[in-house]
Amino acid sequence: MKITTPASAGTMESGDIMIEIESSDQREVEVVLKSSVANEFGKQIVATIRNAVEEFGLEYAVINAVDKGALDCTIRARVAAACQRATSSTAFDWGKNA
Amino acid sequence: MSRLRRSMLFVPGNNPGMMSDAHIYGSDALMFDLEDSVTLREKDAARLLVYHALKTIHYGDCERVVRVNPLSTPFGKADIEAMVAAGAQVIRLPKTETAQDILDMEAEIERAEKQFGIPIGQTRMMAAIEGALGVVNAYAIATASPRLVAIALGAEDYCANLKTSRSLEGSELLYARGAIVVAARAARIDCIDTVFSDVNNEDQLIKETQAIKQLGFDGKSVINPRQIKPVHRVFTPTQKEIAKANRILAASREAEARGSGVVALDGKMIDRPVVIRAERTLELAYASRAVFEEDEV
Repeated sequence: MKITTPASAGTMESGDIMIEIESSDQREVEVVLKSSVANEFGKQIVATIRNAVEEFGLEYAVINAVDKGALDCTIRARVAAACQRATSSTAFDWGKNA
Repeated sequence: MSRLRRSMLFVPGNNPGMMSDAHIYGSDALMFDLEDSVTLREKDAARLLVYHALKTIHYGDCERVVRVNPLSTPFGKADIEAMVAAGAQVIRLPKTETAQDILDMEAEIERAEKQFGIPIGQTRMMAAIEGALGVVNAYAIATASPRLVAIALGAEDYCANLKTSRSLEGSELLYARGAIVVAARAARIDCIDTVFSDVNNEDQLIKETQAIKQLGFDGKSVINPRQIKPVHRVFTPTQKEIAKANRILAASREAEARGSGVVALDGKMIDRPVVIRAERTLELAYASRAVFEEDEV
């Protein structure tokens, strides 16, 4: 799956995370995170973002994330929404672990 | 007794902050909203957010209801698919006008249950009646599917449809409320009243809740956690009512033991409906933790 347009999802409200995604020249998923809890949970948040991007089927992307204390499930939801929008895809595997 | 539905807290489907702690306020049900509280451009994000929240967050004893978009919109089908997969207990259909609306939604739910290996019939339904046609068809709607657990009144759209507006005394809603309670009782399902929007007016919220309880409603929709306790207080039997119900049931048991069909208390004959009401009072008291089973006389 390929990114056809830069996209974003989420908000800057408390408990949320803003995800901006665009295509990358590098053959990797690059995550730039800003979070007030980066020292405590930064690695975990980045890992969750990477995992959600790979689960969606994207191999290369640059992601800018501004975290406002989002739970893991919120991070996954926002990454998935940004990926859908960036790839103009509506298909999502709702049945995964259903 | 069946599940308590005294309060159903509306939770906007695109607000993760509210979604993460919605269950700590003690409402009987949570209604995650994918419809009116979500803008058109955020429908996709809200669907994903509620899906992941339902699959991850443990909402305790709260009944998990999701209000989806109507099937007539581009979002309805995907909403149902995602929410069934996520394990929503109840799918709420907005703006229900006919029994066919229920049948159409049921077909989509069943299709999704088959697709995701969920037992057929596990996902229950609730219908919101929000227009004149829905009120006229209330009984047909309430009996359209065995999945239905409740019908609810949505007053804002209903008033707009009726070419009137909402008032504090609620005279414009009297017919709809009565029709919905009667339809629900005839269909043996629950009925839930509309929201009271002024969160700063607790006195009026209590008055309105007392009025709809008197009409026969099982509960009320609430839009702010602050509204939960006042609503529960109205639906919880008083100690006086509990004591009276206990005495009535004791008299009923005594008559039964004597082999007599006539129940009497304080020299007065008690009819069967009075005994049934007493049973209902105690069921509500147990469920509301106002009294515990071991306290029974």
